[in-house]
Amino acid sequence: MSDLSRSVAIVGVAESDEIGKVENKSNLQLHSEAAYNAIEDAGMKPSDIDGIITAGTSTLNTAEFMGLTNIKYTDSTAVGGSSFEIHIAHAMAAINAGYCETVLVTHGEAGRSARNRPGPNLSDPASQYEIPYGFIGMPINYSMACMRYMHMYGEERTRQALAEIAVSTRKWALKNPKAYMKDPMTFDDYHESRWISWPFHLFDCCLVTDGGGAYIVTKKEIANTLPKKPVWVLGVSESHDHGIISQMPDLTQTTARRTGPAALKMSGLTHDEIDLAMIYDSFTYTVLATLESLGFCKPGEGPDFVANQRTAPGGDFPMNTNGGGLSYCHTGMYGMFLVLEAVRQLRGETGERQLENPKTCLINGTGGALSSTGTIVLAID
Amino acid sequence: MSNDYKKPIPSPQGESDFYWEKAKAEELWLRECPVNGPYFYPRDISPGAMRKDTKWIKASGKATLFTFSIVERAPHPGFMDDVPFVTAIVQLEEGPLMPTNIIIDDPTPEKLQIGMPLEVVFEHINEKIALPKFKPV
Repeated sequence: MSDLSRSVAIVGVAESDEIGKVENKSNLQLHSEAAYNAIEDAGMKPSDIDGIITAGTSTLNTAEFMGLTNIKYTDSTAVGGSSFEIHIAHAMAAINAGYCETVLVTHGEAGRSARNRPGPNLSDPASQYEIPYGFIGMPINYSMACMRYMHMYGEERTRQALAEIAVSTRKWALKNPKAYMKDPMTFDDYHESRWISWPFHLFDCCLVTDGGGAYIVTKKEIANTLPKKPVWVLGVSESHDHGIISQMPDLTQTTARRTGPAALKMSGLTHDEIDLAMIYDSFTYTVLATLESLGFCKPGEGPDFVANQRTAPGGDFPMNTNGGGLSYCHTGMYGMFLVLEAVRQLRGETGERQLENPKTCLINGTGGALSSTGTIVLAID
Repeated sequence: MSNDYKKPIPSPQGESDFYWEKAKAEELWLRECPVNGPYFYPRDISPGAMRKDTKWIKASGKATLFTFSIVERAPHPGFMDDVPFVTAIVQLEEGPLMPTNIIIDDPTPEKLQIGMPLEVVFEHINEKIALPKFKPV
């Protein structure tokens, strides 16, 4: 796949008009606001869009809501919050195969304020074997994975790592005017926050907020004609190895163990050449397991890797500079927002939290019950 | 058993009717693949090897604690009176991992040791369904 590297670029990114607590807007309204803003950010027109991708609803709904009818490629791949990383890979494939030229990827989820929510599908395995036992919601699922990690690698040092991640991520959020959490977090604040599902404190868990996001992927020839500098897609990889948590082959390793090395190989870059890591942080533990799975450190070494606020502002491994799902915004499927921050950092558009001239970013999305991953490597010229 | 059971109730599917019938009779049954051995959850065609010549086997009901969480915040209104309660993945003596609850009074991390021996018990929640759960031996 390395011949596809740099064949497409992300040329427009945006959130919906508001994020956080947004009452009286449907999911589709959030999709369409973000799409409007991303098309404007790209300097394009709605009629330029000939491919459409989303997750969590059908593209029949999103395209109709926005009145997009010039559709030559459609994709509703939904494997949880990582879907929006995987969508970059699918857009790259579709554009290179000649299906379409410009793909709009949208997300909208009133995670906090939705008036209506879907019910469970009673024929799913989860409905028979997990949900009746109270395996309901991701904090419980992920906390059992984290408990296994603690058993293997030590409770005290794991706990410290979770705290490091929560505190460093909050520091970034304080530099992002759009972040939901506005107050500083000390280590004591972390340790004293209430239990949700042991071993998780409240501050191990992501926010539950409302919001939309969108980005546009187009081919090189078009990207080079647009007003903003293209952010090139260098490497992509996707995978999953289970659906429900009790079926996960190894509770301490996600499929990022495959997608990380594969995306890096395609990109031609090494771990050391990544200037920014955008790592899906549904929970503090998600970050710990993911950094190890991606190969930034060995299994069990994550607590040493993130020690001493290394991922915070001023640290030598900047990560989740938007404040993450932990402190900025988490709608339910957060992967969209990883892409927005990656592109903005590479373009130099992030104000107070801007890194010094970053050229490369690795994004890793995680979806479901640690089920799916998508790894993307981006770069700017 | 009571009629005011407020938690989600499993809906048996064709390939799992036998599992739930046996659970109601307070027996735990697994499917076994000729290549990879016993597996959970039950489906006719084995996972991975995708063999059709699988069979039902009766499990011993013995297990060890593989991992757990102590749930402090009820994830559903039906669990309001249960918190704190223990969700767990246990490793059955036959090998497979199984999601369940650990029945234990006033759960604390100190009372729950990964690897501790467990045995199956059955909670009858209505006329058709009994949930296999586990308690420390």
